[in-house]
Amino acid sequence: MAFAFKKRSNLPGFGLALGYTVLYLSLIVLIPLAAIFLRASALTWNQFWHIAASPRALASYRLTFGASLIGALVNLVFGVLVAWVLVRYSFPGKRLFDSLVDLPFALPTAVAGIALTTIYSPNGWLGRPLASIGIKSAYSPLGVAIALTFIGLPFVVRSVQPVLEDMDKELEEAAASLGASRWQTFSRVVLPTILPAALAGFAMAFARAVGEYGSVVFISGNMPMRTEITPLLIITKLDQYDYAGATAIAVVMLVVSLVLLLPINLLQKWSSSREEKAAGLIPERIEL
Amino acid sequence: MATAISLRAGKVPATRQVATAATVESRAVRWILIGITVFFLALFICLPLAIVFSQAFEKGLGAYWASLRQPDALAAIRLTLLAAGIAVPLNLVFGVAAAWALGKFEFVGKSLLITLIDLPFSVSPVVSGLIYVLLFGLQGLFGPWLARHDLQIIFAVPGIVLATIFVTFPFVARELIPLFEAQGQEEEEAALALGASGWQTFFRVSLPNIKWGLLYGVILCNARAMGEFGAVSVVSGHIRGRTNTMPLHIEILYNEYQFAAAFAVASLLALLALATLVVKTVIEWRARPQFAESAEGEGEEQIA
Repeated sequence: MAFAFKKRSNLPGFGLALGYTVLYLSLIVLIPLAAIFLRASALTWNQFWHIAASPRALASYRLTFGASLIGALVNLVFGVLVAWVLVRYSFPGKRLFDSLVDLPFALPTAVAGIALTTIYSPNGWLGRPLASIGIKSAYSPLGVAIALTFIGLPFVVRSVQPVLEDMDKELEEAAASLGASRWQTFSRVVLPTILPAALAGFAMAFARAVGEYGSVVFISGNMPMRTEITPLLIITKLDQYDYAGATAIAVVMLVVSLVLLLPINLLQKWSSSREEKAAGLIPERIEL
Repeated sequence: MATAISLRAGKVPATRQVATAATVESRAVRWILIGITVFFLALFICLPLAIVFSQAFEKGLGAYWASLRQPDALAAIRLTLLAAGIAVPLNLVFGVAAAWALGKFEFVGKSLLITLIDLPFSVSPVVSGLIYVLLFGLQGLFGPWLARHDLQIIFAVPGIVLATIFVTFPFVARELIPLFEAQGQEEEEAALALGASGWQTFFRVSLPNIKWGLLYGVILCNARAMGEFGAVSVVSGHIRGRTNTMPLHIEILYNEYQFAAAFAVASLLALLALATLVVKTVIEWRARPQFAESAEGEGEEQIA
């Protein structure tokens, strides 16, 4: 066989399986993605900059990244809390809530979008009480942040949960027996152990939120310069047959998502190495 | 648990009780944390679900059925089923092939290939649709050629299918690669040594070993395929009765202030989501031994 780059194996079918994988990947993903860069390369640097850094585009980046950051931060705090409660405590309905955490992955974004908009619109179940105390939720940047909190909700929970499940309680008992208060034990022993997983979840929630479209367009109100997210700006430009404009902004988004992959991968690696350590650490220490 | 630990630590039994009390929060703290969690999940998960169904039935059961039986709604349902019906099997075949190559063999560039397979998850749905417009749209790379041959991909069904394939591309592969990786090759080698052919080994040994993971990947892939909005919205052209999928039909009804009808169609997709979660939970429960044995350190596998 000609595959010198592969370790010897007795199983058949490597050439066929790899060939099909690479072919299908190229046809569906790689070549189409390359097309966008090809298209963008037709623009001069000045043209590109003029579109990508126009005031309207900058306003959309501010909203998209700002609201994504807020959503991811809310999910970081509450995700750790939810994971902790689901792993450590028992209460009625726990298994149901545990399964429902994944709903934002399973519910189509358009359905989430119209549901959240109806809840937070000025006449909605929560929109009306909020409006009565002077808070505009739907059709404002706050609404965008609410939608992005919803779609990023499972990431931190599902990333922290297995780490907490595998974590040896001995660590905490050791801390407690050495005189640490419960809060000290949590902040100095538990938190450092789950931190990499929590940050990985945070980064994934942020990355997902930056590209999100369906759940946001209904609740945001879509006013240029105020509540227009970047993905919507791309669609607006496409609807005006401004292909160059849409491409330039899409390239910005694509580069951001590719750059975000790096910290996500690093955090996941850090998390799994930390997890292994936490599981294997205590016996060694106590043997001393 | 505390017993084992204090034994291993060589502590005198008297400290055991202290240690146990010290690793559990007080009752009040526990109930406050549970309360906040339930409130948070109720606010962000249960409330949106509740509003979908309450709005769908707001004008009564008759109106609900009527809005589902509209010709445009039926056409949207058919198109959604068609797109998922093409995208899911194609990605299933790809996922199995990719898992065989990447899970059973070691070669140079493997981790790069895995990153590339995951790529569609990192791309904004809108950009996913845009790339096909840039390729096959009238102003696109192949646009003039397609127009000359009277072929239409963008603003037509093929574009919708392509966009759906793209956004659901990694689901099955990423579920199966770690499973094949963890299972190793011994069982297949035994089958081959006993005289089974390659395909026999694959269908009788390898495939049954991953059946739960396969089903898991397929239902997640299907949920996303039927619910995709952004990517499909870019390539569809929103032609009523012809290129509208269910999510796009919901958008049109909602923007026309036909809220009850929009939520009626939305309730179907919400039911699909709930059914997906139920199947997912059942699989996790049924396959726990298989997953636990083969998927050590594979904590991210639920994250889509």
